[in-house]
Amino acid sequence: MSGWSKARDARGERMSAAASLAKGKIVEAADATALLERLIRPGDRVCLEGDNQKQADFLARALIKVDRQKVHDLHVVQSGLVLPEHLELFESGIARKLDFSYSGPQGAALARALDKGRIELGAIHTYIELFARYYMDLTPNVALIVARQADRDGNLYTGPNTEDTPTIVEATAFKDGIVVAQVNEIVDKLPRVDIQGDQVDFVIQSPTSFYVEPLFTRDPASVTETQILMAMMAIKGIYAEYGVRRLNHGIGFATAAIELLLPTYGESLGLKGRVGTHWALNPHPTLIPAIESGWVEQIHCFGSEVGMDDYMRARPDIYFTGKDGSLRSNRMMCQNAGLYACDMFIGGTLQIDLDGNSSTVTPGRIAGFGGAPNMGADPHGRRHATDAWLKAGREASDGEQTLVRGRKLVVQMVETFGDKMAPAFVDELDSIALARKLDLELAPVMIYGDDVTHIVTEEGIANLLLCRGRAEREQAIRGVAGYTEAGRGRDRKAVEALRQRGVIRRPEDLGVDPLDATRGLLAAHSINDLVDWSGGLYRPPSKFRNW
Amino acid sequence: METLSFSLRAERVLRGTGRQAIVGVVASGNLEVLAERIEDGTGCRVEVSTAAEGFGDVWKAVVGDFVERVSPGGVCFSINDGGARPDTVMLRLMQAARVLESAS
Repeated sequence: MSGWSKARDARGERMSAAASLAKGKIVEAADATALLERLIRPGDRVCLEGDNQKQADFLARALIKVDRQKVHDLHVVQSGLVLPEHLELFESGIARKLDFSYSGPQGAALARALDKGRIELGAIHTYIELFARYYMDLTPNVALIVARQADRDGNLYTGPNTEDTPTIVEATAFKDGIVVAQVNEIVDKLPRVDIQGDQVDFVIQSPTSFYVEPLFTRDPASVTETQILMAMMAIKGIYAEYGVRRLNHGIGFATAAIELLLPTYGESLGLKGRVGTHWALNPHPTLIPAIESGWVEQIHCFGSEVGMDDYMRARPDIYFTGKDGSLRSNRMMCQNAGLYACDMFIGGTLQIDLDGNSSTVTPGRIAGFGGAPNMGADPHGRRHATDAWLKAGREASDGEQTLVRGRKLVVQMVETFGDKMAPAFVDELDSIALARKLDLELAPVMIYGDDVTHIVTEEGIANLLLCRGRAEREQAIRGVAGYTEAGRGRDRKAVEALRQRGVIRRPEDLGVDPLDATRGLLAAHSINDLVDWSGGLYRPPSKFRNW
Repeated sequence: METLSFSLRAERVLRGTGRQAIVGVVASGNLEVLAERIEDGTGCRVEVSTAAEGFGDVWKAVVGDFVERVSPGGVCFSINDGGARPDTVMLRLMQAARVLESAS
């Protein structure tokens, strides 16, 4: 073995060991587990593609069946840990170490596994951060990925859910790793090539199509008057105020309400063309009315959304599409756009402390972050100006500076009380308590207080850019914290003074009458209305159909 | 079930001529408010019947702010609460007052 190509030589050995299972690059589904036993070695870094939406579920089921004498102590490096099989890898000792971004539905199981010491946790990353580490110190030895179709040369068609695949494959294939793809079908000619065949080593046609989770569909019927009120305040007090044209929305109901108010309330304020023209955004069905009303110039997507394919195919001026006509998404690229080219991130959270730190960790659940910490952070490397960015920067500075620097708007929308009257404003984040309990090096804070520029609640907007000092910031936060203990503990005089300075703005300060916040303002009242807006092109999944 | 009763003095008598109004629904996370004019000058009463026990302080704060904000003198508000959050309570109270104000 030569001194400079150990990984290449090891790859060669693994490929030879597996060769008898393959015809060309094609391996039968029945041989999947045997293939993995020959390709994967103990201690390997493995990416078992689990994206925000599409899941290499067949390969996950194959991996949990390996002989633990042959394959064990793997280091799992993947963005999403969302299938029960992902946790089973750790329960059974096939995997030991974990670096990830998002766990969504497995948040509680993950916390239990950490508590029992089944998982050695590296870090909970934001997407772009984990991807960065694929190219630095967490390069996968083996990537188990998923696509819709393959041809016999191993070229892959991902369809609209391209998501993480190019990023995973690039890191693995060009560092002497091995790439195995599960596909729904093997065809002679692909609609388009999303991943080049010479970067893919093996292809397995799985017995069932891969699973995709509809994550971004918010039923307009569930939008509340409180969310509409908050949306009106945000549109008038932030979108209009800063002229925010380039932005990202979170996936909650408050931002869905904003999307549904743009063509109605936003139109009445004369904002069309002045706000919300360029987006880094998943294909939110609730944005359809704004798109159809001519508000949106273009959208780049992290992933796709179930039911949106035909609509996006018919709107290539808006969405990025391939030569085959269907959406091309890319999580790495879109996160990068969200980091450097958006002037605002606005999204929900579950808890905010009195320094403005924000977290979605609740007792016993580690849901991870996804992209929020990346979107919701001011990028210090940014060097291009927009009006919104400069205005935020001026508000944050004391006016004396000769060197003007902008700021990204990072807006947290939160109702003061959540489910079961859980207060959103707290003295200590549950995340910090959990980090203590599990002995984590770093408490999983979604957005740090010094990045948050505005907090919107039903009580008003707190502009933290205008706060000077920690005490003022605390009163600004208490001043919109409603009837929570944090809110009732406010210094009323200090809060009134902040209101006089425009640091806190109430609905009446913005000219918004809470009694005007009715569902009649929504551009669509149901999923069926969204279908109508789309001219029948949006085809919602059955769980959202009730007609 | 918990019942709470608040008697407050408003700045002025509520405008308008509406005698009675019902807004909202009794449902989980929601509430029904019956507003009725009473002959009590600027006096205002709020009677609460709630499924969620132990939130007396929050009710007191919400009712106090409502009376300060809207000044609904001469009105009794009877609330049938299904565990609504304070912002929803405030909204429904304001809606009920608005109906009395705008009725002719």
